[in-house]
Amino acid sequence: MSNKILSIKDLKVNYGGIEAVKGISFDVEEGQIVTLIGANGAGKSSTLRSIAGLIKPAAGSIEFNGDAITGMDTTQIVKKGITLVPEGRKIFPDLTVEENLKIGAYMRKDNLADDMNRVYSLFPRLKERSWQAGGTLSGGEQQMLAVGRALMSKPKMIMMDEPSLGLAPIVVRDIFSIIREIKEEGITVLLIEQNANMALKTADIGYVMETGKITMTGKGIELLENEEIKEAYLGKHK
Amino acid sequence: MEFVVSQILSGVSLGGQYALIAIGYTMVYGILRLINFAHGDLFMIAGIILVYASASLPLFISIPLMILLTVLLGFVIERAAYKPLRSAPRMSVMISAIGVSYLLQNLALYITGGQPKTYPRIPWISETITILGATTHIVTVVTPFLVIALVFALTMLINHTKIGIAMRAVAKDFETSRLMGVKINSVISVTFIIGSFLAAVGSVLYFTNYPTVIPMSGAMPGLKAFVAAVFGGIGSIPGAVIGAFIIGICETLIKGTDYSVFSDAFTFALLIVILVVKPTGIFGEKTTDKV
Repeated sequence: MSNKILSIKDLKVNYGGIEAVKGISFDVEEGQIVTLIGANGAGKSSTLRSIAGLIKPAAGSIEFNGDAITGMDTTQIVKKGITLVPEGRKIFPDLTVEENLKIGAYMRKDNLADDMNRVYSLFPRLKERSWQAGGTLSGGEQQMLAVGRALMSKPKMIMMDEPSLGLAPIVVRDIFSIIREIKEEGITVLLIEQNANMALKTADIGYVMETGKITMTGKGIELLENEEIKEAYLGKHK
Repeated sequence: MEFVVSQILSGVSLGGQYALIAIGYTMVYGILRLINFAHGDLFMIAGIILVYASASLPLFISIPLMILLTVLLGFVIERAAYKPLRSAPRMSVMISAIGVSYLLQNLALYITGGQPKTYPRIPWISETITILGATTHIVTVVTPFLVIALVFALTMLINHTKIGIAMRAVAKDFETSRLMGVKINSVISVTFIIGSFLAAVGSVLYFTNYPTVIPMSGAMPGLKAFVAAVFGGIGSIPGAVIGAFIIGICETLIKGTDYSVFSDAFTFALLIVILVVKPTGIFGEKTTDKV
């Protein structure tokens, strides 16, 4: 039995004047890939953003590794070992690839060489382009840079907000195989996706969110076989 | 010949002094998108501080003390007047900056009692020197070199240090920088500290050329430096430096003709022409909104 790394209870988040998350509870077990799927506006991003400390939750509690992190400052949360790969990648376009990776390790004071090499071996393309400005990379390369940058902080848990958004199918496959590799290294992954098919295939556990609530939960493969989910999110008709 | 050499020398020197103020404008704009109207007045306060400090302390103590106090004031202004408005509309922060500007001017008026204060004579840099037949002060010759050295150091800091990378990241994207663990407020404070330091150094070079400091002494050089920053492309440090040199040289050359009264008007006319031709200034960043 593995232990819970993240535990969320009755989380409510207001965003843009509406209650985007209406009291959800879920746990993430250490070393697993957990995905939240759901339509646009279901409250997935608000959930991740409040875990990362970018928005303060209106109510509820977030525990990470046994510590309450509810409403804590983002920089403190990063220090605890949570990192977020934001939606739209948000790499720094004027910084070189190498500088983007370095700023990912901003909180660390130890030597970065080993982790730099690890990221470069995970993403050889980034090594070839290490002196290029981040903004000159293709969408897929930028996503790899965003993931590599997140890994540089040596996270215990990495959260990803729509990593497949706007990428070609072949690149999406690369991204998901990277997500599995990250899991192999023992890092917990909390993933939100509109590409429910890929997300559920990859995830150990899936949660379905609808208008601010969790409506269904199960193992990734089980949810993949669920008729309702097939119809609502996988584009298959009965 | 001597006249032209002397005009160009003082133009370059004046440009260098503007550059040290302009960097403060452009860095703050780069990171906060704020035109810090109080910056010129901070420059004036640096002058006033040295007047009072040098009255009771030797210059080798009073100058570092003045720089320290100016930096501290720049830091406090940001924390007290701009930080609480971090999520307010940009216009509100600008109004706050205008408020600080007048506060500093009124404060100077109160302290000096409206009397022009004699700026201390700083040995060595106030002495005269003859170059190619033109007689000028040593400060005129020293200024451009000092400016270039400081700009070089600043460029190294921004391009090759951890805080420099963070400054460039914060200038682009607050939220993602926070996700990297960057403390936005510390980075902004560092920016104000650097800007205030350069303005303090600039004040020594600038006021040495004038007999007195008055509460309005910062207004014109502040405005000119702001024009220089816009001219070079606000947000860009090399742009601000080059813009400042161009404005300093043009202004001094016009002052050497029969139309010297128009020198300030010319500075602004030049700005208008440049902005019509190139709205973002010489090195202005392209405003492409990426999805």
